[in-house]
Amino acid sequence: MRISESEDTVTAYLTGDIDHHSARNIREDIDAFIQMKKPSLLRLDFSGVSFMDSSGIGLIMGRYRLMSLYGGVVRVSNIPENLERMMKLSGLNALDIIERRGERIESTK
Amino acid sequence: MKVQNEMNISFESRSSNEGFARCAVSAFITQLDPTISELNDIKTAVSEAVTNCVVHAYRNTIGKIYINVRIKENSVAVIKVRDKGCGIEDIKQAMQPLFTTAPSEERAGLGFAVMQSFTDKVKVHSKVGKGTTVVFEKRLSCRVGNG
Repeated sequence: MRISESEDTVTAYLTGDIDHHSARNIREDIDAFIQMKKPSLLRLDFSGVSFMDSSGIGLIMGRYRLMSLYGGVVRVSNIPENLERMMKLSGLNALDIIERRGERIESTK
Repeated sequence: MKVQNEMNISFESRSSNEGFARCAVSAFITQLDPTISELNDIKTAVSEAVTNCVVHAYRNTIGKIYINVRIKENSVAVIKVRDKGCGIEDIKQAMQPLFTTAPSEERAGLGFAVMQSFTDKVKVHSKVGKGTTVVFEKRLSCRVGNG
């Protein structure tokens, strides 16, 4: 996983398989970064994720709570097609944190 | 339904084996020539079931997890994930979406909901102090022989 920052945004580029085993390290790395930088926006980029079970949902929810503590927000972006059903099932849609495909590209033009 | 092929594996309830378990099952299922989406569904369901064993059945301890996969007629795969852990007191409650007994570990409480959504049929048998068996079935869109 690579983490980058620009201005008030921290972006974590998640890669590979996200399961209960790998989620622990991802969580620790992201949280350490957030606690140091206290950004107003944390973007979780899923474009490099090949597999994800419900541990990924726990990971998003946990970061959502952490960012709320700092008054910041979470955005989930570039969700691969094979993860769509999991995202839908999770009810995350109701939180309005998922960036639809192409949305981000448009906003930076 | 006649069993056409079968495999068994057992391994320790270490979280590092979650990936091994779903990949082993998916490698066995591959002989049915499933679609990538079907394979992903099965991997996800296996991952949820095995994670339940690691997180809940053998909490604070290491035990054995047993997986049995049977391929039946009409490309039906039956996958059984069994543990000899603590068991589930109230299966109905455990299967409710968002219910979890491990919120501190950021468990979303979606394990059974995902298994139900990603497979055709899920059955859970459990005895407190004896262990739990989760069985799920998935019918694959048999493409074998279609070129």
